[in-house]
Amino acid sequence: MRINQTMRLAGSALVRNSMRSLLTALGVVIGVGAVIAMEAIGEGAKTRVAETFEAMGTNLLIILPGSSSAGGLQGGSGTQPTLTWDDLGAIENELPAVRTAAAVLRAAATVQSDEQNWTTSVVGTSPSYFTIRAWTTVLGRPFDQGDVDAGAKVVLLGATAVEKLFGRDADPVGQVVRIKHMPFQVIGVLARKGQSPMGQDYDDTAIVPLTTFQAKIQGGLSKFIGGVIFVSATAADQTARALSEITTLLRDRHHLAPGADDDFSVRNLAEIASAQQEGTRVLTTLLAAIAAVSLVVGGIGIMNIMLVSVTERTREIGVRMAVGAQPADILSQFLVEALTLSVVGGLCGVALGYTAARQLAARFHWPTIFRPEIVLVAMGFSALVGVVFGLYPASKASRLDPIEALRFE
Amino acid sequence: MTTGPSSVPLVELDAVTKIYRMGDVEVRALAGVTLSIARGDFVCVMGSSGSGKSTLMNVIGCLDRPTSGRYRLAGVDTSSMGRRQLAQVRNRLLGFVFQHFNLLPRTSAVENVELPLVYAGLSAGERRRRALAALARVGLAARATHQPSQLSGGQQQRVAIARALVNEPAVIVADEPTGNLDSKTSVEVMAIFQELWRAGLTVVLVTHEPDIALYAARIITMRDGRVLSDVRQTPADATAPAAAAAPAREQAAS
Repeated sequence: MRINQTMRLAGSALVRNSMRSLLTALGVVIGVGAVIAMEAIGEGAKTRVAETFEAMGTNLLIILPGSSSAGGLQGGSGTQPTLTWDDLGAIENELPAVRTAAAVLRAAATVQSDEQNWTTSVVGTSPSYFTIRAWTTVLGRPFDQGDVDAGAKVVLLGATAVEKLFGRDADPVGQVVRIKHMPFQVIGVLARKGQSPMGQDYDDTAIVPLTTFQAKIQGGLSKFIGGVIFVSATAADQTARALSEITTLLRDRHHLAPGADDDFSVRNLAEIASAQQEGTRVLTTLLAAIAAVSLVVGGIGIMNIMLVSVTERTREIGVRMAVGAQPADILSQFLVEALTLSVVGGLCGVALGYTAARQLAARFHWPTIFRPEIVLVAMGFSALVGVVFGLYPASKASRLDPIEALRFE
Repeated sequence: MTTGPSSVPLVELDAVTKIYRMGDVEVRALAGVTLSIARGDFVCVMGSSGSGKSTLMNVIGCLDRPTSGRYRLAGVDTSSMGRRQLAQVRNRLLGFVFQHFNLLPRTSAVENVELPLVYAGLSAGERRRRALAALARVGLAARATHQPSQLSGGQQQRVAIARALVNEPAVIVADEPTGNLDSKTSVEVMAIFQELWRAGLTVVLVTHEPDIALYAARIITMRDGRVLSDVRQTPADATAPAAAAAPAREQAAS
């Protein structure tokens, strides 16, 4: 028997019991729909995590000074300046896994424009900071080493700071703002970066040259860095090596005895990022696995109904065999029926999953990414479900004895 | 169908036995049957229930294989054939008519008749042409699109006969074809069998009703798995005025 004949036969058998076919296919619809939706949500979450960490900087490590301890009471990281300017120079120049490093000093200060004032996080740093954080300017220019050497009173504003001081989409380049009542010329506006993984607004900031910061905003000790050091490793897979190099170098420079605690700490952001990504991936896999279980349940539904169908149509099978149907004809007839149920269910499931993902994205502002190849995977899977769960009833039908099948009441 | 000489009988059983095992009990349904049926014969197999007539039917119809002995159909030994080969033989050489009609429900008469041709791999157009011709032969051309539920018992059995003859079989095998019909309709159905026989078809029919057996040309009586008697007779004419008018009435009504 030809395949188009078999397919027409399966189609008419399914249409004959349309309600039953619909309910049976529903199992696969929900299973495939759940897989598709979970994939889209998981993929979206993964991408958002990647984007968030991308925004923090490339191959980023942060060195924090150690803790102060007095009378057994230990302060937290950064409570005691232990990092020196010489340490910074050594990290920048001596370590092969380090591309560049920058000191980052930070203070909250009020910035005033002609009309508004806004308290923001003022950062003093060197030009390599922009490289480390992969942060570009959308207007004007970043400051350079010349500005740092000269202690120029120039400032770069983040997008949020511009909005608060000058209004949305204003061009403040060339204008003067006052920080702690001292005039600073705005030389650039930074590209929008969004939020940190902890929800802090990266764009609510004003960045001034390091020397200017020390001289005008918050004076510090001359030997120690009153802040943290941002380090960029040479490549993403070099962050762990950079971390161990920095640790060794600083312990050596700080003359720490073996076994003594570090008087600094290094955060490997790339590692945190990959841990976060791993977490998201595990969660996605878990959700997809649960969805896949529902697909299997759908498959069992198909098997169940196909077994019922084979029993119901025992006499029909007997007649078909009597008039010359080969066992293979009977097998393919029921297999194609099961396949039709699962593949049509799969197609509807793709549509349902896509719609559900879009709805969730719109309602809860979840990022969802719909990968076209997942449609093929889902269709392949539902076809597999059809074959796996259709094979037993179909082979049962094809192995019936024609005499007994004809006698079946 | 046959490639051998005409002297070779169409159906040839040689010491055929069929033994069923039901737990520990052995049932000898056929205890050594030797018989031959020539092309163009109209044979009626009679016997009480348990005589082995249905088993004989199943063997002749290639639905079942003998436990021992040889069965040749149209010169071909089918005793050692597998399921697939037997299916092919049924498709090419045999036509079946059952007591319970066994038409596919919710399927039109013409599609039911087409069924053997579907498995023979014929094109849709050829199937439809041949099926309509077979329906015309049993006087149901006008009912081609009706479903079994819309047909009377006699009409359903005539659709089944059309299905049995659509593949131009060597033998039509009928198992109690009148068992579910009233006596008047039974005669009508027998008239069709006689018509086919007169046109040259070989018919083997199983029944336990003596008045049905009157319409056959040869009566084989079975008992305890053996042939008890095998007699020729002049068949009664089922196409008597009342019965012969039935197909004509059918066409006029629709």
